[in-house]
Formats: sequence, C-alpha cells, structure tokens
Amino acid sequence: MSSKVIASTSIKARPLSPSEIDEIEHEMTLYPDKRAVGLEALKIVQKHQGWVSDESMLAISRYLDIPVSDLEGVATFFNLVFRKPVGRNVMLFCDSVSCWIMGCESIRKHINDKLEIDYGETSADGEFTFLPVPCLGDCDRAPVMMVGPDLHRNLTPEKIDKIILDYSNKPGTGKTE
Amino acid sequence: MVVKPLTKNIDMSRPPMSVEQYQGAGGYVSIKNIANGLAPEAVLQLVKDSGLKGRGGAGFPTGLKWSFVPMGDNAPKDKYLVVNADEMEPGTFKDRLLMEGDPHLLIEGMIIAAYTIQASKAYIFLRGEYTESEKALSQAIKEARKAGFLGRNILDTGFDLDIVLHTSAGRYICGEETALLNALEGKRANPRAKPPFPQVSGLWGKPTIVNNVETICNLPGIISHGVQWYQSLTKGIDHGTKLFGVSGRVKTPGCWELPFGITIREVIEEYAGGMQDGYELRAFLPGGGSTDFLLPEHLDLTLDYDEIGKAGSRLATGTMIILDDKTCPVGMVGNLMHFFSHESCGWCTPCRDGLPWVDQIFIDLEQGKARPNDLQVLHDHVEYLGPGRTFCALAPGAMAPLGSALKHFKEDFDAHLSKKCCPYGTH
Ligand SMILES: Cc1cc2nc3c(=O)[nH]c(=O)nc-3n(C[C@H](O)[C@H](O)[C@H](O)COP(=O)(O)O)c2cc1C
Ligand code: SF4
Ligand code: FES
Repeated sequence: MSSKVIASTSIKARPLSPSEIDEIEHEMTLYPDKRAVGLEALKIVQKHQGWVSDESMLAISRYLDIPVSDLEGVATFFNLVFRKPVGRNVMLFCDSVSCWIMGCESIRKHINDKLEIDYGETSADGEFTFLPVPCLGDCDRAPVMMVGPDLHRNLTPEKIDKIILDYSNKPGTGKTE
Repeated sequence: MVVKPLTKNIDMSRPPMSVEQYQGAGGYVSIKNIANGLAPEAVLQLVKDSGLKGRGGAGFPTGLKWSFVPMGDNAPKDKYLVVNADEMEPGTFKDRLLMEGDPHLLIEGMIIAAYTIQASKAYIFLRGEYTESEKALSQAIKEARKAGFLGRNILDTGFDLDIVLHTSAGRYICGEETALLNALEGKRANPRAKPPFPQVSGLWGKPTIVNNVETICNLPGIISHGVQWYQSLTKGIDHGTKLFGVSGRVKTPGCWELPFGITIREVIEEYAGGMQDGYELRAFLPGGGSTDFLLPEHLDLTLDYDEIGKAGSRLATGTMIILDDKTCPVGMVGNLMHFFSHESCGWCTPCRDGLPWVDQIFIDLEQGKARPNDLQVLHDHVEYLGPGRTFCALAPGAMAPLGSALKHFKEDFDAHLSKKCCPYGTH
C-alpha cells in the first residue's frame, strides 16, 4: 500500500510483543519453513497493531530471517495487508458485479456523504477506513460490506446510518491490543 | 435415500452440527468404511467411477487428477492435500455456504482425499474475509481431532492426518492453483509454469492435490453410499448434485443444491422466483464473472458442463449473475473489467498492461470520452488476452464476458459512443 521503501538506516526494528511472538511461534509449528510464516507474521502484527509499520516490518524480517525486500514484496501483493495506519474500524465494501447491479454505488455515495470519505480514506475522527473489496461471496444478499470481522447484508442507507452509530460506540475491531 | 448430500445438514438458522450431531446424521461413515479395509486404490477407483468433476471452475475429472500422484514405496514420503477455499470469483457464493453450514462434511471429504493419495498433511486455503467460515472450520477441526478422525493412526488405519487452516489476505489470483501454492509457501502469489503439474511437484516441491471445497464435499456421499447411488442423483449427463446460485434482480436470490441436468429456466424461474416486478431478463452469466453471457433463448438448456459449453459459455462455478433490462450491460462489464484489472497479478505483459487499458476504455465510455476506435481496441484485447495467450487463465476468464458482450450488446456500446454518456443514467 505504501510507496515508501525501507532504505533508510534511521528506521529501526521495534521489539515484537510477547503475544505477537507466541502467535508467530505457533505458526512456525504449522509450516515446514520460516519463509511460509512471513505472511502469517504480517497478519499477526496487523491484528495487534492495526497495520504494519516499517518498524514492524523490520522486526518480522529479523525474527524470521526473511530479507525485508521479500517480505515487502509479499506485503504489497495482498490487498488486506495495510502498510499505512487505518481507522479503528475497517469497512470492506463489496464493489463487485452483483452488488453493483443491486445498487451499491448509491450506498457508497451515502457513506461518502455521511463520513466524508471515499475509498482509501479514513474519517477525520479516526473511526472508519473505507476500502473497496472484491465479491464477498454473499451476492444473494447484495449489497454487502464487512466492518471489521462482521458481515452486513442487504445494505440500505438506513442500515448504514445504524452501522456507523453502532461501531462508533464500540471498541475498535481493527486492533485488539 | 439421500438426495441432497451436500446440504442435507445445513440449516443456517442454527449453528452447524457438532461432531456428535454430524455422526448422528450418518457422518464419518466413509471413514469407518475405510477403516474396515477400503484400500487407497479402491477409493480412487470409486471416485473415478463416480464421474465426479472438479467444482472449482474447470470441471476436471477428480479421479483422473488424483491418479497422477506418485504412489507406492518409491513415492516421496511427504505429499499434500490442499483445499481451495479462496472463493473470490465475482458473483460466486457457494463454498461459503458449505463451510459455514456443515464444516464436518468438508473435513470428512478431506480425510478421504488425503487417504487416497496418502498425504498426511492438508491445508485449507481460506479466504481471509470469510471470518465465519474460519470460526466454523477451526471448531470442527478441533472436534474431529478429539473424536479421533484426525491426528495419528486414525481409527487404527495406520494413517495420520493433520489439517492446517490457512487464512489468506485477499487476492483473487490466489485461487489459481499454482499461485495458491506460492502463497502458501509465503511468496508472492504469481502462478507457476506447468508442467511440472502440482500432482507431481507442488507444495514445497512435493506431490500435491488442489481441490475445490465443493468437490471435496462430494466425497463422503460417494464413499458412504456408493457409485450407483451417486449416479442416480442426476437428471442429465454429469453426475451428482451441484450448488447453483442466482444473484441480481430476481425475486428470491439464493443458492440451492440441485441435480445436474435441470434447466436454467427452472433455477431462475422456480428457485429464484423469476425476475422482480418491473424487470425483464436481458442476459446472464451462467457460472460467475469469468463466463460468457447467455441469452433468454438459452433458458431451456440443461445445466451440464458440455451443454453449457456447446452454447459457447461455461458452467464454471454454477452461480449465475442476472442482467436485467434496466441495468447497463456496458456498465456491468466495466465493473467486471475493473475487478480483473485490479486483480491481475502482473506477471505477464498482455494481462498486466492490457486489462488496465480495457478498464480505462470502460471508464471513458461511461464518461462520454471514448473514441470510436476504442471498440476496436476492445475487440483486439479479446483476441490478445484469449486462451493460450497469457501465463494463466485469469485474463482469458476476463475476456469471456467482454467478448460475448461486444457481440450481444453492440447497440449499447454504440449508444455510449454516440450519446457521449451512459444511456441508462448514472448508477
Ligand atoms: C484466476 C483464477 C482464480 C481461481 N479461483 C478459484 C477459487 O477461488 N476456488 C477454486 O476452487 N478454484 C479456483 N480456480 C480454479 C483452480 O485453479 C483449480 O482449477 C481448482 O481449484 C481445482 O479444483 P477442482 O478440480 O476441485 O475444481 C481459479 C482459477 C483461476 C485461473
Ligand atoms: S494472466 Fe494475469 S493473472 Fe495470470 S499470470 Fe498473467 S498477469 Fe498474472
Ligand atoms: S458481488 Fe458483492 S457479495 Fe458478491
């Protein structure tokens, strides 16, 4: 997601937290080599920190002994590894074909108006990051989106208003620590 | 006798069956059959005889695929079974139902498949966004291990199996089976050259089978009830049942387990309740976003791989997307092109550079900025990105709806050019 390359020596690895290390160690028992754990480690760090900073990237690279360029190559390949900070709640809004036929563009506009953000942006209060996502596999209940781990179906402007209210009052889903 | 082997236990109004409930409903019988002395070769023969074809899109015969795996004492010790649960094809919503509705069915099927090729490690490659499937599957794996269906020396067969649930981080190309293997190895998910085929050299260079969720879910029925029962299910040519889905402006969109050989009309008009009031059927994609448009004149075709193939499209995932008369076909195809362009893995030039070009032309058409020659450019891409021209099947898949749309909806493309806007209004 980021165009920033870690070339500067001024960026230092941060220490991984004990729970991050525990989870990475657990993943290492499931795969025959460390390299396969790279993506898992990125996801683990993201779960705890909300996103993957350069400092986290360097820490994983060192911990798993994977060149940071390889790890960055993997991180930037996947849509859901965030290399920039995100809001407390990430909205993954399905913009694929069945949802489009069922009018997701008008729902998108409603979100644009309510939160004053479009794809790739985070609301001013830091509550929501709005991202498009390919077909969420719930096309018979289009339009759909996820907020954090939760799926919301048959979206209407009224439902969006309620979702925004509910999640604004809830502990964040983007970060568990 | 069972007529809906894939969905008989599914009731989305309650949590999926526990291992005890599942066994009470006749589950894990096939593993007991295996424990009673069904050898891997015998299982392979049953799967071959059943006529089961892969449900991931290509329809490749499952038994034949498995038969390429090296067996016997000289075969590599490590082999892998990988379940493709990356469901991301636009308009496809069938594997989710199976995993959330009856996770033990998938696990039972995986034990059968792994036993047949003698793989003692299996991975489920699950789409990361499927958080409910993840919950259901990890719970079911735990239960199956506790009940002795996974782990060491399963039911005294001497066969060991561990299942690892891997969640991905969102990229359509990971569904392509060799790209999936790279992703599992922690690499960028670019596809691999074939040969060597994964059956011989797959995950970490070891013999590997990749099968779709729904394919695997067919196995328990075949082993528990036999080939004759399985073959009695169909109304048509291909064997067994299939999940068929309908989305778009129909009255009751959904996904149903139905026998092959049923007509498209029955699925759309009876199961999906027909078109919503005020809308008419204009065309449809029969099996997800990578298939060619079919027209109302095709409604009486039967749902069998070859029948849909003869009409110039593909049955593929069996999940139909309906285009109604009030939705712009150019806009619909533009939406698909945007998806494919975004999800191109960038490995080969025609796809990496061609799809964004196509995507841009659709944006220009919508905004009234397209030039007459652009339609020719689209036609050229259908040719340049067609089957065999690119490194994997993503780009040819993208060209299926485009090529057929250029043929069937020419007047709509022309109207975008002459009116310099979308004649259907904004979306
Ligand atoms: C771009 C692309 C995406 C694919 N996505 C999936 C997918 O999400 N799930 C799947 O089962 N097969 C997918 N496939 C097909 C797989 O490559 C492979 O054929 C299939 O998993 C084999 O399983 P089967 O023989 O049981 O059908 C995809 C193919 C391509 C080219
Ligand atoms: S066709 Fe597209 S997705 Fe497939 S290898 Fe080439 S660039 Fe990647
Ligand atoms: S197209 Fe939106 S869920 Fe499938």
